[in-house]
Amino acid sequence: MESKYILEMKNIKKDYFGNKVLKGINLKVEKGEIYALLGENGAGKSTLMNILFGMPVIHSTGGFEGEVCINGEKVNINSPQKAMELGIGMVHQEFMLIPGFNITENIKLNRETLKSNIFSKVLGESLKTLDTKDMEKDARVALDKLDMNIDEWARVAGLPVGYMQFIEIAREIDKLNVRVLVFDEPTAVLTESEADNLLDAMKKITDSGISIIFITHRLDEVMKVSNNITILRDGEMAATLKKEETNVMQLAELMVGRKIEGLTQKEESKEISSNQEIVLKTKNLRVGMPGEEVKGIDLEIYKGEIFGFGGLAGQGKIGIANGIMGLYPAIGEVYIENKLLKLESPIDALKNKLAFVSEDRRGVGLLLDESIDLNIAMTAMQVNDKFIYKFGFFTHKDSKGIRKHANEMIEKFDIRCTGPHQLTRRLSGGNQQKVCLARAITLEPNVLLVSEPTRGIDIGAKKLVLDVLKKLNAEFGMTIIITSSELGELRSICDRIAIITEGKLEGILRPGDSDVDFGLMMSGDYKKATRKEAN
Amino acid sequence: MKDKIGKIIFDNIVTIIFVVLCLLGVVASKLPIFFITHQLLLRIARNSFLVLSLIIPVLAGMGLNFGIVVGAMAGQIALVFVTHMALQGYTLFTGVPGFFISVIICTPISILFGWITGLILNKTKGQEMITSMMLGFFANGLYQLLFLFLVGTLIPMKDPVLMISGGIGIKNVVDLNHSVRYAVDNIVKKPLPVLLFIIGILGLLLSIWLIYKLSKDQVYKKKIGNKPYTYVGISGLLIALGIYLNVSGSIFATIQVPISTYIVIVVLCIFNVLIVKTKLGQDFRTVGQNRHIAQVAGINVDKVRIISIIVSTVLAGWGQLIFLQNLGILNTYGSHEQAGMFAVAALLIGGASVSRATIGQGILGVALFHTLFIVSPQAGKNLFGNAQIGEYFRTFVAYGVIGVSLGLHAWKSLIVEKRKRSIG
Repeated sequence: MESKYILEMKNIKKDYFGNKVLKGINLKVEKGEIYALLGENGAGKSTLMNILFGMPVIHSTGGFEGEVCINGEKVNINSPQKAMELGIGMVHQEFMLIPGFNITENIKLNRETLKSNIFSKVLGESLKTLDTKDMEKDARVALDKLDMNIDEWARVAGLPVGYMQFIEIAREIDKLNVRVLVFDEPTAVLTESEADNLLDAMKKITDSGISIIFITHRLDEVMKVSNNITILRDGEMAATLKKEETNVMQLAELMVGRKIEGLTQKEESKEISSNQEIVLKTKNLRVGMPGEEVKGIDLEIYKGEIFGFGGLAGQGKIGIANGIMGLYPAIGEVYIENKLLKLESPIDALKNKLAFVSEDRRGVGLLLDESIDLNIAMTAMQVNDKFIYKFGFFTHKDSKGIRKHANEMIEKFDIRCTGPHQLTRRLSGGNQQKVCLARAITLEPNVLLVSEPTRGIDIGAKKLVLDVLKKLNAEFGMTIIITSSELGELRSICDRIAIITEGKLEGILRPGDSDVDFGLMMSGDYKKATRKEAN
Repeated sequence: MKDKIGKIIFDNIVTIIFVVLCLLGVVASKLPIFFITHQLLLRIARNSFLVLSLIIPVLAGMGLNFGIVVGAMAGQIALVFVTHMALQGYTLFTGVPGFFISVIICTPISILFGWITGLILNKTKGQEMITSMMLGFFANGLYQLLFLFLVGTLIPMKDPVLMISGGIGIKNVVDLNHSVRYAVDNIVKKPLPVLLFIIGILGLLLSIWLIYKLSKDQVYKKKIGNKPYTYVGISGLLIALGIYLNVSGSIFATIQVPISTYIVIVVLCIFNVLIVKTKLGQDFRTVGQNRHIAQVAGINVDKVRIISIIVSTVLAGWGQLIFLQNLGILNTYGSHEQAGMFAVAALLIGGASVSRATIGQGILGVALFHTLFIVSPQAGKNLFGNAQIGEYFRTFVAYGVIGVSLGLHAWKSLIVEKRKRSIG
């Protein structure tokens, strides 16, 4: 009997050692639709998907309640292999691609087409030869479906991030029996135009009868492509809606369960006059950060303002803060309160009362295998000799002081953790970001540089992080420099926003300026357009 | 252009340093080229198989397998047994049949050893190199226990030639003249020009096949480029050299080369090439590139790693058999100890790294390493007036090479990292 629904998950319940994470979830996915799954981090989306995939983590912790039906038939998915056999595919958030392999090899990973040879007849399956030709043909077909005209034998290493995402998808649709595809935050790492391409591709895939479960934080994308939307909150179904019946604000509200304010609406920005005190000045700053090169920036940032760097990915906005902090090779001049800063020297930047929250949270930002309290105190110990006892030549850390300070910070930032001793690796993205912020603030900086403060964290945490920044600025007069890919976010809190295009300063705008100006600057057409007007 | 040359030098700095060292050594030793060539051809035949057994674990991302020592032990256990049987008067255990019997005995033992090694290395992912080295030392203890104590007590064995006079333990030196000395080498032994012809013709056939494939497939052409034409050139040169040696009646034409051993090595090379093109080979590569992704893709990572170590250990066992049949003497408590270290050193000199090793690098490395070995005692004597210093230099070179080339590789990756970050 053919069911209307390709996938049904009925009354799914799951607990980890008595801690209920899913409390009766129902999903009904129709054939060929895009079904959006929304929810904060920790709402239970990943657990639900782990159940769908039969991940070992579910079955080693006592399984789950409820049933999963594919095409109306009850199935027992007890391993990822079983899930794959049933036609459930997953496009991972972090890329599951091997850089040293070419595109074909990646698409056909562990599903290589084989042909037998004399040895394989004697020694078995694993000695069969790869049928490269056939593999390349299949890869071509999958790439064509996505309108990718890249060579199927090109190596993955060095391809733009956007392409990699498509190769992941090509791998899934190459699986012949695939019926349901899960996209786990596929647009998180993409630029806006890449994300648009992806959404188009998703629609195309559903046209061929494959259903998509779309997990994301970006509400506007949900509104753009999905047919049905389910919102999870704390393991419960907050709502299931049709797209036509809802709007972005309502979704955001349902997701966090509290009203979002200020994130999309502009605020009155402070009046900036040119005779204000300059706290940071750059002269022809060039930074060699791969993929985010800065090619000569002249800027003056005033004391006590919130200054934003915006622009498309890869245009160089990220490189500026990294260059000032000395993390990448840089040339040019940077003045902090009229004092020349030594470039390529993080310690000098820190000693000049700059603090930095890196966009690379897990790489640069945190010592993942150390506790929260030590992470918060680490830089201050190193730079300001805080939390340190001195005994002649020897120093000893002040564990009590560190713990006390960490507890204060945990409370202040609402860091959700089991305590200051928890390893930062175990925290969710948002909470990791809060730890990073706490560390930067522990330095008591005059200027706080924050890169991509809300990347990959859920909307509730986002709001909190931005609020903290605002508060620091208002209460302590701290100058804050934010670099962000999300223009809306910059416009919600900054006093001035510099748009960086092709490594250069395109222009500085006020948050209240028109969308047209922002759009033109982002695409690098602003100067051209205004020049024409002047003529 | 200048950049390009700089890059080539940078990429091959380890090999280049040793080429220079070898040339200096050849000059300083004042040894006749004829002698060096003769020695070198012998030693390449002797040692290449062992070195090539290292390649597959590198492919599978397990680094340089110092654990081939264990495989070498398996080979030696087989040889002791075969020699013992030969001494008992069974002629079956001498010569070529004797060698095959030792292969047959050695294989299951090294499969077992390789499996155990693999199990242990799976527990210490990321530290395979140091673990396999320590494992070799540990296995050496068991090996000594076996041959020094268990033989003659728990294992009943009576052999006045092989055993220490007390009746317990095997003697320090086992003379393989009794059994399998030159078993493989002597199957076919021909003058040097014949070897050059064979390699040249094989090279020509390979390049013709490649060119044929290129003409049919444009995509393939982009991938491979002009390599086949280079192969044609090299093969042509080799054949021409062979003809020249023959015609001119050069003294080099009289060098007898163990063609049969070389054929065995070529077969191993072909095996190494072909296995990469199989499903198993693809799994090796996938696991080597990224264990996590391989796991998610449904590859049984642990199993693949164990298989790679088993293959390596078995090949090492066979390699040790080939090594010893040529040497003629089994140093019961010493031969295997050097096997791992020297093979690794040779591979590194050839330009390999812990993450990348090819057949060409293996062969080149063997040639360079042994050139240094041949010339260094004499060079030491000429330079310092003392052959002892040359001897010292020899050991120094072997261990120094590993340290230096690992250091150089680390330094290189640092530079590459820095270059990536420089301002463009």
